[in-house]
Amino acid sequence: MPDTILAVVEQREGKLNRVSLETIAAGQAIAAATGWPLEAAIVGAGVAAIASEVAAKKLAKVYALESPRLEPYTPDSFASALKQFLSSKQPKLVLMPHTYQVRDFIPKLVTAMGSTAITDSIGFKHEGGKLLFTRQMFQGKLAADVGFTGNGPWFATFQNGAFRGDKSEDGSAAAPVETVNVEIPEGVVRNKPEPIFKEAKQAVDLTQAEIIVSVGRGIKEQKNIEIAKQLADALGGELAASRPICDSGWLPMDRQVGSSGQTVAPKLYLALGISGAIQHLVGMKGSKAIIAVNKDSEAPIFEIADYAVVGNLFDIVPPLIEEVKKAKG
Amino acid sequence: MKILVCMKQVPQKDAPLKVNDAGTWIREDVQYEVNEPDAYALEEALRQREKHKGEVVVVTSGPARAQQVLREALAKGADRAIHLEDDKFVGMDAFNTAKAIAAAIKDEKFDLIFTGLQSDDYGYAQTGVILAELLGWPHATIIMQIEKTDVGIRVKRELEAGYFQFVDMPTPAVLTIQSGINKLRYATLIGIKQAKNKPLRKVPLAEVQSALGENLQTIERLYVPQKTKKTETIEGPPAEVAKKLVDKLRNELRVL
Repeated sequence: MPDTILAVVEQREGKLNRVSLETIAAGQAIAAATGWPLEAAIVGAGVAAIASEVAAKKLAKVYALESPRLEPYTPDSFASALKQFLSSKQPKLVLMPHTYQVRDFIPKLVTAMGSTAITDSIGFKHEGGKLLFTRQMFQGKLAADVGFTGNGPWFATFQNGAFRGDKSEDGSAAAPVETVNVEIPEGVVRNKPEPIFKEAKQAVDLTQAEIIVSVGRGIKEQKNIEIAKQLADALGGELAASRPICDSGWLPMDRQVGSSGQTVAPKLYLALGISGAIQHLVGMKGSKAIIAVNKDSEAPIFEIADYAVVGNLFDIVPPLIEEVKKAKG
Repeated sequence: MKILVCMKQVPQKDAPLKVNDAGTWIREDVQYEVNEPDAYALEEALRQREKHKGEVVVVTSGPARAQQVLREALAKGADRAIHLEDDKFVGMDAFNTAKAIAAAIKDEKFDLIFTGLQSDDYGYAQTGVILAELLGWPHATIIMQIEKTDVGIRVKRELEAGYFQFVDMPTPAVLTIQSGINKLRYATLIGIKQAKNKPLRKVPLAEVQSALGENLQTIERLYVPQKTKKTETIEGPPAEVAKKLVDKLRNELRVL
């Protein structure tokens, strides 16, 4: 059987999760490098419409894996359905986006299949016929090229933003769609999930802010956040924070930027005392301009900053507030 | 409630890392600390024991130096510890690590197993879920709240973009715990003293070897990432830096 790539796309409540287009873009890039055909699969109940939407992309085929037991999502149902399908289809490489949902079931799925997943990859290399996946290690300080040692099926997940969804190619004609009804026996699903919800009222919508001043652990104490707020006010921007600041209750959760909080892409993101942990970067690396202030010259935030200030934010911010006020007259 | 907490020792957050000569791992002459999400997992286990009585057992796999993580956990209040001790545990993939833990605890009867949601060194976020599959237990990930119910537990899963979800599950179960679920306690002096007398069982690699296999993935090379972004460093005394930044904000970024 020739080697194929299968991109498993994600849906929630009948809509395609847009990050899936990044997975398709990744699959298309690997297909171009290896010559292996790319197919896609969507998992759920009543997913025909999404399958058709996906079929507009340049793909050899789209599979709709259907079962009423696949809605709502549970790791038991998804692992069961995909194990059945993948065991019979036998793709060489299975790709997924590194979403919280995929993290919830992919290790279970690969273990059930005696295989392994290289998760949270940011790219791939094809060298001498060998496929390697690049991952950030030690919170981005180092990078690793990781390869598979077994026969497969091989699994890899891609980090949000590692590929551009708008670069995923459309097909010249719709790809054929095949519905695969999967049988999930009674008793397989053990978790009983309730509907998802957003916690508390959202007082601020950071995704609408043009300028964001964000604080990390370098702010040291809650009372110091005041100078960051003054800077945000002077610039006409919004205050935000990395996760530890919100976990400590120093700022409310609706100010959190990162994989669990808001994903923002403002004109300017000013990171004060933020080291640049991966979970934070995925929430703001799309910003048009990034200024980072941190006293550690090795901080991963400097990898993605347009302007870097290696120094103490408590020395830098007060004169900066004054200069901004002067400039605004 | 009998709870197992899987904990990992990782290089300290601000440790300067150097790649080893082979280019496949870091030079180990750095300072280590407990993986931060695992500290939250331990804290949650201790709180559950405070609420429901029971036992908290901590386990780690790693070289001799990893014992420090267990000592700290015992000092914070864990009842006993298990150390899968061998240098070879450092290079093991998540599948083998989970298999080793499963083998080490095969004679125990835990109600819950906690892990941190991921490690700060590899960041794979897999070991806990793999362990659940090996044990045949239900699991849930990125957990922010745990309540005991008559038929098991009710947990709050964190999702992206500020969304959450409650899930009812039977026990025994594996949960991966999110940072910030609680506030970490400090070990007290009494706790540190008491820790010296708490059981710490060492499990040599030979004892679990038969359960393990070859790694299914391998790090071909580890390296300092090549920068793709062009970064301009703004230098000088603070007053000068402030002036230069405002100049950029006005003339290059046009936000003023």
